[in-house]
Amino acid sequence: MNTIKKYAGILWILVGPLGIYFLIRTALSEIAKKPHVDTKIQWIVFIAIFTPIAIGLMIFGWYALKNEYHHLPESSAEIED
Amino acid sequence: MNIEPRGIWKVIAASSVGTMIEWYDFYIFGMLSTTISSQFFPKDNPTAALLSTLAIFAAGFIVRPFGALVFGRLGDLVGRKYTFLLTLILMGGSTFLIGLVPGYKSIGIAAPLLVLLLRLVQGLALGGEYGGAATYVAEHAPANKRGYYTSWIQTTATLGLFVALGVIMLVKLNMPDASFNAEWGGWRYPFWISILLVAVSIYIRLKMKESPMFSKLKSEGKTSVNPLKESFSHKGNFKMVLLALFGAVMGQGVIWYTGQFYTQTFLENTLKIEFIQNREMLLWAIALATPFFVFFGWLSDKVGRKWIMLTGMLLAVIFYRPIFNTMLKNADPKIWRTDTQYISDSTIKTTILKIDTIKKTNTYFIVHTKTKWGFTDGRQYFSISADTMSEFNSLTSYSNDRPDTKPLYIDKTLSTSLKWKFIFLIWILILFVTMVYGPIAAFLVEMFPTKIRYTSMSLPYHIGNGVFGGLTPYIALLLTTIYTKDKLVGLYYPIIIAGLCLIIGTLYLNNKRDKNVTD
Repeated sequence: MNTIKKYAGILWILVGPLGIYFLIRTALSEIAKKPHVDTKIQWIVFIAIFTPIAIGLMIFGWYALKNEYHHLPESSAEIED
Repeated sequence: MNIEPRGIWKVIAASSVGTMIEWYDFYIFGMLSTTISSQFFPKDNPTAALLSTLAIFAAGFIVRPFGALVFGRLGDLVGRKYTFLLTLILMGGSTFLIGLVPGYKSIGIAAPLLVLLLRLVQGLALGGEYGGAATYVAEHAPANKRGYYTSWIQTTATLGLFVALGVIMLVKLNMPDASFNAEWGGWRYPFWISILLVAVSIYIRLKMKESPMFSKLKSEGKTSVNPLKESFSHKGNFKMVLLALFGAVMGQGVIWYTGQFYTQTFLENTLKIEFIQNREMLLWAIALATPFFVFFGWLSDKVGRKWIMLTGMLLAVIFYRPIFNTMLKNADPKIWRTDTQYISDSTIKTTILKIDTIKKTNTYFIVHTKTKWGFTDGRQYFSISADTMSEFNSLTSYSNDRPDTKPLYIDKTLSTSLKWKFIFLIWILILFVTMVYGPIAAFLVEMFPTKIRYTSMSLPYHIGNGVFGGLTPYIALLLTTIYTKDKLVGLYYPIIIAGLCLIIGTLYLNNKRDKNVTD
């Protein structure tokens, strides 16, 4: 199980930028179709919100790859490192 | 550390009533958005229309996680009780004030600006409320009943929706549409009612004591000095914040919003079910499903939180398309019309004259036809079509040379048996919500230490629910406008997000219940 957890980390690292690429591509095509202010704001908000989340997913993947999730903390002392 | 059983119910009641009112306040704005738009955000004024878009997106999706950080930090610094008292006052006050803002016709652009500002305060307050209420109850609860007691907090969002739907329906049914939609009309009553509810809740909360765990930390001088730094810059805690978000809350958020909000949008905009029947079905399904929040919270104390939440996600991923597809087919007038129970129709035609500006010689008539279709079992609907016809020689002799614009089927009323079938299907959708949402407060509380609990659990909760969940109706609708062939294409958003969360949760979460949350 720990091996799967570790190598699945690579997948999470890749899903982040892939998601953002797909989001930006769709945003550009939709803004080109309907170049109104509303459409632009809507897609800018989507990109602004989801980009940090995608970066978070990449960090999550990185932690998984570094075996950080092999053992989950069982007391607060383990968290406060 | 744990208090007497009688005391815990006071704690639960004080926390739940306030949280429910905050949800009520937040929902009524969304539910009355059509009327609010016409009063404050007229489409012919581009600035007002822009502010409307900001009011929808900023309050719901950007400000909520920001509120989680602001009030989470405050809750870990000064205490749970005063922080979630403050969020309640902000929420109630801003809701009441929205009901007092004069319309665009009276004060111009100041009206949408004021409403946007108050809506942002609402979003901020909501971001701070939930973490406080869940933490407060969990820190009073015994370890073996933490899931059960916190599940009462989990019913509040659904009950808030229930009360909001009920109050709006009650006001709407007791006055004509014109009075309801007038500048100082009935749509303002739900906003004004809020102040009474909030006053009662503030009174109850003022009588409550601080959480015993937080009080202990404070008396020992062990509270956090910088909760934000400790929550997000310490790797040990930050990796748990990420796990909470991607392994649980992200999937829970989309399932919640699909079950309760996308369903409403789907019934109203895709199926075009008549307004009152649409709300009635939702109210029944919500009322019948709400006890299951408590049931799954209780069950999570026995079997652990992880597998209940992940089973809810799995069932949603598998059954979303079949359930929505059944509703789509059962409300399809083309299928209804093949039924022998069809009894009558009445047609009203209106004709609009248009001059063809390109050819200059032809006159066009646009004929709008509205037909009522009725069935013996009580089903009925209206079809609306617009045909363009051109005149050649005289007004009485014209040919239909641009015929058959696709007819629109609206105001569908379902038969009693079909209505109950729909209530059952919506109930299943909300049952998935109860599985993922019932145990989540206890799950989040157990993940983080007392001194940074409010901050650490509030952020993933509001990213999962505010961003992933809150955007569900919009992204689903967007997908249907991009990929027009499949009416259910919008469901791929919650299915993919819940599927991803299910895999991450299965791999990385453990099913242990943390018996000691005092550390």
